[in-house]
Formats: sequence, C-alpha cells, structure tokens
Amino acid sequence: MVSLAYVLAVGGGLAAALLGLAGIAGTTFTVRAPGLLPLGGLEFALDPLSGFFLVLIGGAAVPASIYALGYGSNERRGVLVYNVFVASMCAVPLAANALTFLLAWELMSLASYVLVVQSGEREAVSAAWVYAVMTHAGLACLLAGMLLLGAWTGSFRFADWSATASALPSWGGSLAFSLLALGFATKAGVIPLHVWLPLAHPAAPSHVSALMSGVMIKLGVYGLIRIGLDWLGDGPAWWGVAVMLAGIVSAVAGVLYALVEHDLKRLLAFHSIENVGIILIGLGAGMLFHLADLPALALLGFAAALYHTMNHAAFKALLFLGAGAVQHGTGTRNMEEMGGLIKRMPWTAAAFLVGSAAIAALPPLNGFVSEWLTFQALLQTLKIDRPEVNLVFALGIAGLALTSGLAMACFVKAFGITFLALPRSESAARAHEAGGAMRTGMGLLVLACVALGLAPTLVVPALARIGADVMRVPPPVDVGGWLTLHVSGEFASLSTLAVAAALLAALALPAAVLALAGVGRRRRLYETWGCGRLLQTARMEYTATAFANPFKRIFDFFYRPATQLDIEAHPESRFFVTRIEYANPTRSLVEDWLYRPALSALHRGARRARAIQSGSANLYLIYILAALLALLVLA
Amino acid sequence: MLRQLRTAFRTGIVTEPPPPGEALALEALGARLGEEIHRRFGRSLHIRQVDAGSCNGCELEIGGLTGPHYDLERFGLHFVASPRHADCLLVTGPVTLNMAEALRRTYDATPDPKIVIAVGDCGRDAGIFRGSYAVVGGVADVVPVDAVIPGCPPSPRALLAGLLAVIGRTP
Amino acid sequence: MIADFVAACIQVAVVGAGGPLLVGLLRTLKARLVGRRGPRPWQPYWDLVKLLGKDSVVSVTTSWVFRVTPYVLVATVLVAALVVPVVVTRPALAFAGNIILLMYLFMLGTFFLALAGLDAGSAFGGMGSSREVAVAALAEPTIVVAVFALALRAGTINLGGVVERFAADPLLVANPGHLLAFAAFFVVMIAETGRLPVDNPSTHLELTMIHEAMVLEYSGHALALVEWASSMKLFLFLTLLANLFFPWGVPAEVSPAPVVLGALALAGKLLVLTVALAVLETSIAKLRLFRVPELLAGSFALALLSVTAMFLLR
Repeated sequence: MVSLAYVLAVGGGLAAALLGLAGIAGTTFTVRAPGLLPLGGLEFALDPLSGFFLVLIGGAAVPASIYALGYGSNERRGVLVYNVFVASMCAVPLAANALTFLLAWELMSLASYVLVVQSGEREAVSAAWVYAVMTHAGLACLLAGMLLLGAWTGSFRFADWSATASALPSWGGSLAFSLLALGFATKAGVIPLHVWLPLAHPAAPSHVSALMSGVMIKLGVYGLIRIGLDWLGDGPAWWGVAVMLAGIVSAVAGVLYALVEHDLKRLLAFHSIENVGIILIGLGAGMLFHLADLPALALLGFAAALYHTMNHAAFKALLFLGAGAVQHGTGTRNMEEMGGLIKRMPWTAAAFLVGSAAIAALPPLNGFVSEWLTFQALLQTLKIDRPEVNLVFALGIAGLALTSGLAMACFVKAFGITFLALPRSESAARAHEAGGAMRTGMGLLVLACVALGLAPTLVVPALARIGADVMRVPPPVDVGGWLTLHVSGEFASLSTLAVAAALLAALALPAAVLALAGVGRRRRLYETWGCGRLLQTARMEYTATAFANPFKRIFDFFYRPATQLDIEAHPESRFFVTRIEYANPTRSLVEDWLYRPALSALHRGARRARAIQSGSANLYLIYILAALLALLVLA
Repeated sequence: MLRQLRTAFRTGIVTEPPPPGEALALEALGARLGEEIHRRFGRSLHIRQVDAGSCNGCELEIGGLTGPHYDLERFGLHFVASPRHADCLLVTGPVTLNMAEALRRTYDATPDPKIVIAVGDCGRDAGIFRGSYAVVGGVADVVPVDAVIPGCPPSPRALLAGLLAVIGRTP
Repeated sequence: MIADFVAACIQVAVVGAGGPLLVGLLRTLKARLVGRRGPRPWQPYWDLVKLLGKDSVVSVTTSWVFRVTPYVLVATVLVAALVVPVVVTRPALAFAGNIILLMYLFMLGTFFLALAGLDAGSAFGGMGSSREVAVAALAEPTIVVAVFALALRAGTINLGGVVERFAADPLLVANPGHLLAFAAFFVVMIAETGRLPVDNPSTHLELTMIHEAMVLEYSGHALALVEWASSMKLFLFLTLLANLFFPWGVPAEVSPAPVVLGALALAGKLLVLTVALAVLETSIAKLRLFRVPELLAGSFALALLSVTAMFLLR
C-alpha cells in the first residue's frame, strides 16, 4: 500500500517531467475553470519557464520517490501528504492567476509543514513551528502584493499583469515588487529570511528534505524570476541590484554557517541557502543586463541562474538522500559520531563523493558549469556603463569566488569526517549500507550530476530559449557546437566533455605506464604513522570542530565564537584533571541583531495590548461601537 | 632582504670539501650493504632520524650536518619528516625500554628497501648505559642494523663520511 | 591537427620535465644564498627515480580515496598543462576553458589531497587538510579578481587571448593596474604552491606544516607522484605569472623555430622569477598561521586596487 503510493509518486513525477519537457519545447496550453471559485477561479497555463520548473520537480520527485520505497516503506504516516506535496509543487509553476497560485502555494507549504512535524520529536515540532510562522509571514506578503496588483490592474490573471504592468506608477511597481520579493525570498531561504530553513529541512524525512531543498525553495526562485522579468515588466535598476546583493550575502553567509555546522543535514540545509545565493547572483546579473538593454548577456546571466537551479536540485537532492542513507545506517546525524563509513557503506560514500564534488564546483561536474557561466556573466560587467552597478558586479565576482572556495572546504569536511578514517562511535562502526531502492535513487541523481556536467552545449541553448521567451528578446544565435560552449564570441569558451576526456586520459596514462614498468606492485599494509605511539584510536582523529576551527578564527567577526572551558580537577590536586569539557559555539548575527529584538518588541507590544483584553462584555461592546463609529466617519 | 643578500654575497660559500674517500670509521654489519644499495641510493638518500633514548650529544652533531659547513644536501642526502618518506633510519642512543616499541614501529613504518644506521657508541651497544635497568641494549638488539658509525659523539665529519660510505658515494 | 598534437606533447613534456628541475634549481639557489653548496638542480629527478623504485607502505585505515589521490593530482596538473600557454599561446585544450577552469582544476586536486590527508585518521593529516583548504579558499577571490583586472584590459579571459592581446600591444602592460595585479597574483601563487612565508616546504615540525602534513602518509611511487604533481603546479603557476603578465615571445603558431624561441623566452622569464622567489624565501620567516589570512586579504586588496586602476585608466 505504502509502496504503491510511492510508485504513484514516481509515475506522477515522470508525467510532470514529460509535460514540462513539452512546455520547454514550446507547447503551451491554458485550462480554465472560472466559475469554480471567486476571484477568477482556477486557471492553469504552461509556458517554457513553468515547463522548466515542472521538469525540475518531476525530475527530482522520481529518484526521491524511488529512494522512499526503500527508506520509508514501513512508515505509513506521511505517504498521502507526500503525494499531495509533490502534486501541489507541480501546480505552483502551472498556476496562471493569483488565486490558483496562492492555493497551490499554501497547499505546498502546509503539506511540507505536516511532513516536517510528522516525526513528532520535540525538535521537529519546534522547527515546524518556526517554519509555519515564517512561511505564513511570507504568504501574507505575497497576498498583499498580489491583491494590490489585482486592484491596480483590475485582473488577477498573470498574463494581464505582464501586459499592463508598464502602466503602473513606478512607486506602485516597486511596492508590489518589494512585497512579492519578500514573500518569495522567504520561501527561497534568502538571508536574513532563512531562519526556518536549517531547522525544517533536517527535521523532515530525507526524501522529503531532498525535495524541499532541491525543489521547493526553487519555487521561491521561480517567483523571483516572474516578478523580476515577467509580471511587473521592466523595473528600476535597484531591483536587480537588490537581487544580486541578496544573492551575495546569502551565498557567503550561507556557506560560512555551513562550515561550523556539524549536523550533516543542517550543513546541507545551509548549503541550500548558499546555492540559492549563487542562483540569485546569476539572476541579478541577468536582470541588470536586461535593463541595460544587453539581451545576449541578460540571457547568459539568466541561463546561468537556471542552470544552477537545475544543478542544485540534482546534487542537493543527491546529498540529502546520501545523508539520509547515513542516518539510516548509523542512527545519527552528528558528524562527530561518524567516520570510516566508506568501508561499511561504499555505494553511499561514492554517491556522496560525486555530490560533494559537484556542489564544490569541481570540473567536470555540473556545479562547475553553472558557476563558470555565472562568472562569465559577471566578468562582462563593463558593458554596463554605470560605475555603481560595476561595483556590485565586482562584489559578486569576489563573493562567488570566496563562496566556491569555502564550499570546497566545507565538503572536504562533510565527506572526510563522515566517511573517511576510523569510526568515531559504536553506531558508526556498526553502520549498514543502504538498500537497493535507496541506492537506485542516489544512482539516478549521480547520473544527472554527471550528464548535466558533460552536456552544457545541449542544455544552455534550451535555457537561453526559455529566457528569451520570458524576457521577450530574440534567442541567441551562436553558442558553439556540440563540443564547445562559446560565451560572447571570443570572450570565453568551455568544453567539459574535452576536459573530462583529458582528465580520464591523464588518469589512465600515468597509471598504465607505472603498471607496465612494474612500479608500485609491492604494497605493504601497516598502521598509520603516529610517531611510534602504541595504538591508533578514533579519538586521535581530527574532528569536524577542529577542522572548522581555522575558519572560526579567520572569520571571528562573523561567528563571534564564545569559548566555554570547563575543567574538573581531582580533589587532591588541581594538576590532576579528571574531566575537561570544551565548547566553542558560534552566535548568529541575524538572530542576535534582527530576530531577537523583533521578537522581544513583539512580546512587549503584546504585554501592552493585554490591557485592552479585560474580559468584560461591556467593554467589548464599547470597542465594537467605537469601531463602527470610526468606520462611519472614515467612510 | 637587501641586508640578507649583501651578507650572502660577502660570505660566499663556506661549505668545506667532502671528507676523504675512505670510510673514516664505519663498521658495516651484514652483507646487505653493497652494489644494490649503491645503485638505489647512490644519488638520493632520505634520512629519518630517530632518537631512541640518546643524551642528545649525537643530535647536536647530526644537526651540524645540515649547516653550511658540512651541508649534506649537496650529496643528495636529506632529512625528512616521516618514516614513510625515508630510505634510511639514523638511530641514536641506547634503546630505552620506553622507546623500543616506538623504534620497532618506526622501522615497520619505513618502506622497503631501507637501511638502518646506528649512531654513536650508545647506538652500537648501549655504551656506558649497558646493563641499565631502563635500557634494552644497542639498536641492533631491537631492529636489524646495517651499519654503525661509532664515536661519543661522532663528529659531523665522521657522520658524513659514514653516510657517504654506506651509499657508496666517493666524492 | 598534427601540429596541435605535437604542441600538446611539447607542453606536457616541458611542464613534466621542467617542474622537478625548477624545484631543484630553487633549492640550489636557496642553498647558495645561505652559503651552502646545496644539491644539484637535477637532484629532484634522482629523488623521483628512487621513489618509483621503492615499495610503499599504506595505512590500514585508508580507503581507495587515499590511493587514487596521487593519480588525480597528476591528472589535474597534466590537464592544466594543456590549458596554460606554456610554449604556444593556444595549446590543445585552450578551447576547453579559461583561467576559471584552471582555478577549479587546481581546486579538484586540493579537494582530493585534503581528503587523503583525512583518510589515514592521523591528527597531522587532518591538521594539514584543514589548513590547506582554509588557505585555498581565501586565495580564490584574489585569483578571480586579478584575472578580472586582466580581462578588463584585454577584453577576453581566454588565456591565449590575453597573451596574444598583450603581446600584440606591449604598451598595455605599462599600467599600474597591471603591476598591482601581478603582485596580487604573486602572493596567491605563494599561498597556492605552499612556499614561504605561507608554508615552509622543508619543515620537519608537523605542527607548522600545511602541505607536508597531508602527504606524511605517502610513500614510494605514490609519494613520487604527489611530489611530481606539486612541482608541476609550481611550474605552471610561475609560467602563468610569466606569460600572462609579461607575454613576450610566446609564439601564436606552432612551428619549430618560434616554439624553440618561446621555450627559451620562457626559460629566461622563469629563471628571473625563480631567483626572485629564492631571495624572498631566504630573507623572510614563515608567517604565523593566523597571520596568513591577513597576507591573503592584503593580496585581495591589491587585486581590487588593480581593478580600480584598470577601470580609471581605461
């Protein structure tokens, strides 16, 4: 029964992906049921951009559901909600008017809320609470923005908005943009609206985390693309600047938070924030180029953003599934209790390594291609003749480079501490490999990471066509042949296929030469060199905390770590130490400077407001009278 | 930087000519030293120094080898930081009880083919510490030794001559 | 096609053979500067040959990651040798990517080496890995921004394109931004290749090591591959410095006379850089680990200044 439901989800995912492919290829249709509900009823439409996101959702749902067959097949709870979740996500990009969109959006949020809360653990419940508050704050912004637009344009259909947006006063467009952007950015996990993300994603079962991180937050990106380039027409330059700055901050801060996080799934959740940041850097570049009337470069930035969206869906889903397999096999998410899993879980380890290399943007995998494209877009900033915009681009270049370096460091930690060396706990020593269904799910995503890395020449033109459709510009003429991708003519070119072939040859040739020469045949196994000490134990290994320590010290203005040292000495002499406890927690700038003051202000305000809640019926009648009078006077 | 350069040019090269070809005081043990070792390590020998309980007299003299006067690097000899990188263990001191196991493990951690050279009178047969309750004996009592450079301590010159004789290098 | 293939072979041969020689020359020069006779410049060849003939000892704790890492390192550097303009401006793989690819190729090597450092489970290896990735991550922005400065000037970031553009118009090089970018890149080169004052390649004290700590576990042919790869990496970085910032004499077409001339020009430029590096390394001490970020931040500031200069003097 449970399996059947997941098989259904696989089928649904495939269908959605096929429909999406048709949409990318140019099929469009509209389904309307106007009488069903007020405010224009239900309306669905397919265009290339929504087709792209359908492919994304379907493509991620298939491996995640196959994985769930092995991961959650004896867990009845949440199966139905899972299917609702996938279906409502598919409905979001298809929605063609405000009501349909908001319904699908809220259904998606509620379904994911239920999936987060379902384990019933204290941690999950409080995470789900934060998630519910944040997502509804976001929804309120969306609702306000959409109602405003509806009132101004006289229609709730998105197509009408695009047609009439240019008639809006500029402050109106900017107000609507700000409200909608806040709502979408909350879903996308843009810093500082990200607080729910690292709490909620780890609490859900791993196949759900994979979809939440891989796809659901991308629907926030979908919304940002729509408002930045489609619904509201061409806005002022500060929209693009805001998107890019938000991207830079999210990328750098996201990866910095991830570096000091030692809960494997929370670490991945912080990387989702980072990657949304990278996507937004590309999108912001696209928007700014679009406004500067440079369609080819706008398409480049846009294609980079979409490519990274897709790539992130592939490798982040893969990593979450891998983390789920680790949790399944060891019973913990704490990296400090792992280690040596590569020997007990070789398949999971290999899949996780591919995912790590992809997210660290190592060639020739997919993450590299999209970051490369983003760089090429940013490096051509001089074509825009506005120094302040150039400065933002330069910040983007430096921020992206720092982010990719730190992401590499973080995944050395994530893979190295989790899978290599000796197991740090009993449960890690007794870990077991994931089953066939789970391995299949991960295998599919490994293939996706490799294929997306090797085939940019096929993907980029398709993405550029989608962009051309959204921005209503002619698609680019020449992006190179089957082997090489050309960017802006002579400016830059890339062929991951050639690089991969060369890497393989350069791996094989020296190995073959050495083997033929008979070198390296005699190998002796012996213990790790430890200056002659007697026994190697896992306690001598570098821990995740130790690994992250240089970063803590280098970026101490960001982490503001607090050292807590607790030494318990023997009663006879303080030189005989019986126990040492060391903790070095970091503090979150966003929580300390934004949320905590805001929450305490809210509490203070609520305490003040309590005065009017006396419980006396007479008093309440007076309130009603006062309210009525006020309304009459104002009307 | 400029001052450094000036000093360098004013001082020139102070490295002394290598010691005469015949081994000053090398005691070769066993038949392993010979053509094979000369062929393999004649031009490059990486040395890991192991202190198995020495009084640090030998270490002082060994430290002199890397300085400008004796400069063992000109012969392709080089001290390394890990036995994994080493071809030769240069063991000093009487092997104490506490260091015996560490020495054994260092020996095992060194990839074959390898040479073990015991340095100093203590390395040869525990010297004046022979018979002490804290001492196992000479280096040869713990790991197979290929050569001994005696002396208390051997001078850098003697050390250099011994090392060169082991690798069959006639300067 | 055949000419390209021949040029590719020449490039790989020059880098493969030149790497160890460069390291040997650097050691000789450093020894001479402190009054020692020092090893012969070709000593690294003897070391490599000897290591290839030795057995290896591998820790039981390690996995296949540890064993493939030396090959991955060599592969990344060899592919990089086909991208960098060493003796011709457009080598065989120049079409396959630009300096961003190059940077990420080196990062691929660093990624695997850092994992290998963790794999044996010794504290030394972990320490080295952690420090290496910290330095590499901080060096990243400087490289890209310095390249950005060059791209502003040359109008392309294809390496071959940059070299040809500057070679065709030598006056472009005469710009303060250019020198600033060179200085920034020089500092990054020191950090990336683990030279003084960031890392001391000849230290014996594990606690001060960065690169060496990660390779403490390697022996025999694996160690030979790691050493060879890191010497080639140094060669490539110095070549980048030489040919990207002073691109005179790098031939555009592949025919014997210009290629030989290009190789000679490269040898000359590398000799100057090597002497400079040797003087630098003998006259300064290693920085404390947590001062290294300040150095790298300084190089980043230089790179930003260079961009500004390029921008203002457009």
